[in-house]
Amino acid sequence: MKSILSLKVNGRLRTDLVPDNMLLLDYLREMLGLIGVKSGCDGGECGACTVLVDSEPRLSCSTLAHQVAGKHVETIEGMTRGGRMDELQTAFHEKLGTQCGFCTPGMIMAAEGLLRRNQQPSREEIKEALAGNLCRCTGYVKIIESVEAAAEACSKAGAQ
Amino acid sequence: MNSRDFKGTMVGVPAPLVDGPEKVTGRAKYTADMPATNALVGRILLSPIAHGRILSIDTRAAMALAGVAAVITGEDCGVPFGVLPTVHDEYALARDRVRFRGEPVAAVAAVDEATAEAALKLIRVDYEELPAYYDATSATAPGAVLIHDDKPNNVVREVHFDLGDVAGGLAAADLVLERSYKFAEVNHAFMEPNAALAEYDPLRDTLCLHTTTQVPYYVHLTVAKCMGMDPSQVRVVKPFLGGGFGGRGDTFHFDIVACVLARKVGGAVRIVQTREEVFLVHRGRPYTEMTLKLGMTREGKLTACHCQALQLGGAYTSYGIVTLLYVGSLLYGIYDIPAIKYDGKRVFTNLPAAGGQRGHGTVDARAAFEVLLDEMASELGLDPFAVRRANLLTTIPYTTAYGQKVMSYGLAECLDKVEEASGWIARKDKMPKGRGLGMACSHYVCGTTTPVHWTGEPHATVILKLDFDGIVTILTGAADIGQGSTTMAAQVVGEVLGLDWSRIRIIAADSMLTPKDNGSFSSRVTFQVGNAALQAATELKAILVRAAAKRLNCQPEEVECLGESFRISGSEKTLSFKDAVAEALVDTGTLTIKGTFTSPMEFRGDKKIKGSAIGASMGFSYAAHVAETSVDEVTGNISVEKIWVAVDVGRALNPLAVEGQIQGAVWMGVGQALCEETLFRDGRMMHGNLLEYRVPTFMDSPEIEVHIVESIDPNGPFGAKEASECPLAGAIAAVMNAVAQAVGRRPRELPMTPDRIFALIDSREVA
Repeated sequence: MKSILSLKVNGRLRTDLVPDNMLLLDYLREMLGLIGVKSGCDGGECGACTVLVDSEPRLSCSTLAHQVAGKHVETIEGMTRGGRMDELQTAFHEKLGTQCGFCTPGMIMAAEGLLRRNQQPSREEIKEALAGNLCRCTGYVKIIESVEAAAEACSKAGAQ
Repeated sequence: MNSRDFKGTMVGVPAPLVDGPEKVTGRAKYTADMPATNALVGRILLSPIAHGRILSIDTRAAMALAGVAAVITGEDCGVPFGVLPTVHDEYALARDRVRFRGEPVAAVAAVDEATAEAALKLIRVDYEELPAYYDATSATAPGAVLIHDDKPNNVVREVHFDLGDVAGGLAAADLVLERSYKFAEVNHAFMEPNAALAEYDPLRDTLCLHTTTQVPYYVHLTVAKCMGMDPSQVRVVKPFLGGGFGGRGDTFHFDIVACVLARKVGGAVRIVQTREEVFLVHRGRPYTEMTLKLGMTREGKLTACHCQALQLGGAYTSYGIVTLLYVGSLLYGIYDIPAIKYDGKRVFTNLPAAGGQRGHGTVDARAAFEVLLDEMASELGLDPFAVRRANLLTTIPYTTAYGQKVMSYGLAECLDKVEEASGWIARKDKMPKGRGLGMACSHYVCGTTTPVHWTGEPHATVILKLDFDGIVTILTGAADIGQGSTTMAAQVVGEVLGLDWSRIRIIAADSMLTPKDNGSFSSRVTFQVGNAALQAATELKAILVRAAAKRLNCQPEEVECLGESFRISGSEKTLSFKDAVAEALVDTGTLTIKGTFTSPMEFRGDKKIKGSAIGASMGFSYAAHVAETSVDEVTGNISVEKIWVAVDVGRALNPLAVEGQIQGAVWMGVGQALCEETLFRDGRMMHGNLLEYRVPTFMDSPEIEVHIVESIDPNGPFGAKEASECPLAGAIAAVMNAVAQAVGRRPRELPMTPDRIFALIDSREVA
C-alpha cells in the first residue's frame, strides 16, 4: 500500500506517494537521492542515519517515512546553504572530525540538534548528546574538538 | 633527496583532508551510493550449519519467482581463490562443503530487496552434518574430521625459529617468569557495511566493479581469475570507503558473487551487506593464546625470550600464515634481546575466518610482552620506564638477528615525553585506591618490502600529469580508506613543486585511470607511495626548471623554483608558473612523469631465515604510552581516564592527520582491552550487531594526549614513517598494567569485562 506523504525536507515542501512500510532512511536515500544519509547497521545501533525532525535528532533507519508527515526533516545536504559549509561542517573539516567520513553526516546532524538546544555545551554534554553515534576512526577526540569549535564559531557569529 | 626540497610549505603543516568537504557535506559517494538506475539487488543465502556436506541444492522454486533474474550456486563459482597466492582455499559460494555457520551457499539477483529475500527462502539445500570444532583442542584431537582435506590435524601452519642461545640466556638471568595470556578475537567494525556494484557490459564482454576494498589490485586479479576473464576486461574502482583497519585486505565472496550475477543477467547487480553479514565475513584479529617466558638480569636487561602462540584461524586461511609469522618477527626491532625462540601454531576451526587487523599479528604478542615486562620490573623493584631504557636498541642503524634493519629509532624520546607529560615519577606510587597508572611501548613496520603478489615491479608507482591548464594531476592506485593517503600524496607533490592545493588534483584507485598499487596495508602507503610521489615531483620540477632557464636565458642551476614563479637566483628576473608550463610543453605536449619506489634488497629480510620476508621493512615506528585507569569494584567497570602517547613517526608529513591516526589507534586498543570480543555458541554468532559487539562510545572513551616525536628516517619521504598501527598494542598493555595497579592483581585475559575483573578481585580475596 502506498499513501500520500506531505512534509518539508531541507526547507522545501514535498508531496510524494510513499509505501506505508517505507523507512524514512529509504525514502530519503532512494526516492529523494539524499545519499548523505548513511546506513551503517541493521537498526538503531550506530547513528549514521541521524537526521533532524523538527530540530530533534532522529534515527531515520528506525522511523517510518509516514511518521514524519507534516514535519520538517533536515539532512546533511540541507546544512550547506548559499554555497557555504556551515560552522559544524567547517569545524569537522578543519579539525579533522572526519576521517573515513561515513559516520560524519549523522554525527554532524546529532551535533546540530545539540547546538540548537544548547549553544554552549560542555564537553560532557557533547559526549552525552553524541553517545548514540559510533565512529571507528577518530577515537572521538577530534569530533569533540570540532563541536566545541563550531559552538564557539556560532557564538562569535551571533555576537556580531 | 629526502630533505633537499623540504621547505615546510605543504609538508609538516597541519592540513585538513583534500576530500574533507565531500565528507562533511554528504556529497561523498560510497559504494552503496553509486548511481546505477537499473541495478538488480543481489542477496546471498548463508549456511545454517557449521560444518557439513552439501548433498543437493534445489533452486527451481526461487528461479520461478516473479522478479527473480538469476540464481547461482557453487556450480557457478568453480575457481578457488585466497589472498595469499600460495593458498587458494575459498570459493565464492560453497561447493560440496560448508565450513562455518554463515558461509555463502547460493545467491540471487532480483528486482528488489523483498523479492530477493523471498527467493532465498525458496532455495532448498540438503546437508549432511559433520562434527564441528570451535577450539584448538577438539580441532586437533586425533581422529578429528579434517576441515580442509589437505591440512593434516587441522593445522593451518606452524612456525618455529630459535635464534641465539635461549637456554643460556635464561640460565644467566636473575629472574625468569613464564606467563600465559588469552586474547579474545576482535573485529574491525568499520562503519560502512560491505557493498559491491558489478556492471557487466555484454556488448563488450567487460566488467566494472565498484567495491569496498583496501586492495583494489588484488580484487582485480582475483575477480578476473574467478570469472575466467582477462584482467584487461575488468575495471575495479574503490569509491569513498568507510574504514578498513585491515578488514578489507582480501577479495571477498560478495565481490565475486556480484560479478557472476551481473554477467548472468547481462547488466548491473548491487550487493549491500547487513551488519550481521559483515560480522560473518569477519577477517579480524584471531583468538590468541600466548605463553611467554622472559629472562632478565637484576638491572632489568633482557637475556632471552621464548614465545609460544596459538591462534584460531577460523574456516579459511586468508592472511593466516602471515599473521602467524608477524607474531615472531616483531618480537624483534623494538628492544635489544640476545636470544629469541618462537613457536607459533594456527588451527582451523568451524568459525568465520580471521585475517589481518590493524597492527597485524603483532598486537597480542606485544601486549603480552609489555605486561610481562611490567610484572618483572615490579618483582625486581625496578621502574617500568627504567626496564625499557635498559633494553633499547644499542646503535642505529641496527640489524636484528631476524635480518631487519632499523634505520631510525625515537623510542627513547617517546619514553621521556610520556614519562614527563603524565607526571609518572611524582604520581606512580601515590595513586589512590582503585586507580592505576600503567605504561607500555609498541612498534610497527612501514610497509612490507616483499609484497605477497611478487611480480618484480616497483613497490609503488605514481604518475603526474601536467597540461596546458596548469593543473598537476596525481594519478595513484593507493586506496584512501579514511587514513588520508590522498592528502599525503598531494602534500608531498605540493611541497616539492612549491605549489598549493589549487594547482593539485588527485585521481585515485580506479584501474582504468590510475597505475597499479598493491593496496593499503602494513602501513606501506606513506612510505612507499609517498616516495614514488616524491620522485615523480622531483623529476617534474627539474623539467619546469629547465624550461624556465630556457626562457630566462640562464643555466638551470641558476633557477630558483618559487612555486608560482621561477627566478634567476639573486636577481629580480622571474617567470610565471604558467609561462614555465607553456615552455615545458613546447615540442612534447602534455607532460606525464612516472615516479616509482622499490625497497632495496638489503631490506627484504635474511635469506637464511625462512619467513623473514614478513616483518622486514625499511622503517619502524615506535610508541610509548601511559594510561590512567580507575576500577569500580562494585560494578567491575574500568574507566580509562586518560592516555598519554608519544609516537616516533619519522617526519609528520601532516601533523593533524598523524594525531588523528594515533588517537584512532590508541582508542581501538582501549576497545580491545575493555570490551571488544566476538562470541559464538555452538558455531552460532552471538555478537552480530554493534550493540552486542561493543566498541567504546563517546562515554567510554578516554582523553588522548598525543606527542609527536620526529626521528627523521633516512629513507622515508621527507623522513616520514607510519603513524596508525604502531600505537595500538601499547595502549592495550598500558591499560592492562594500569588495571593491575588499580586492582592489585594482574589481568591476563582480554577483554577486561566486569566478570573478568570480578574474577581478579576474587582471586585477591582468596589469597
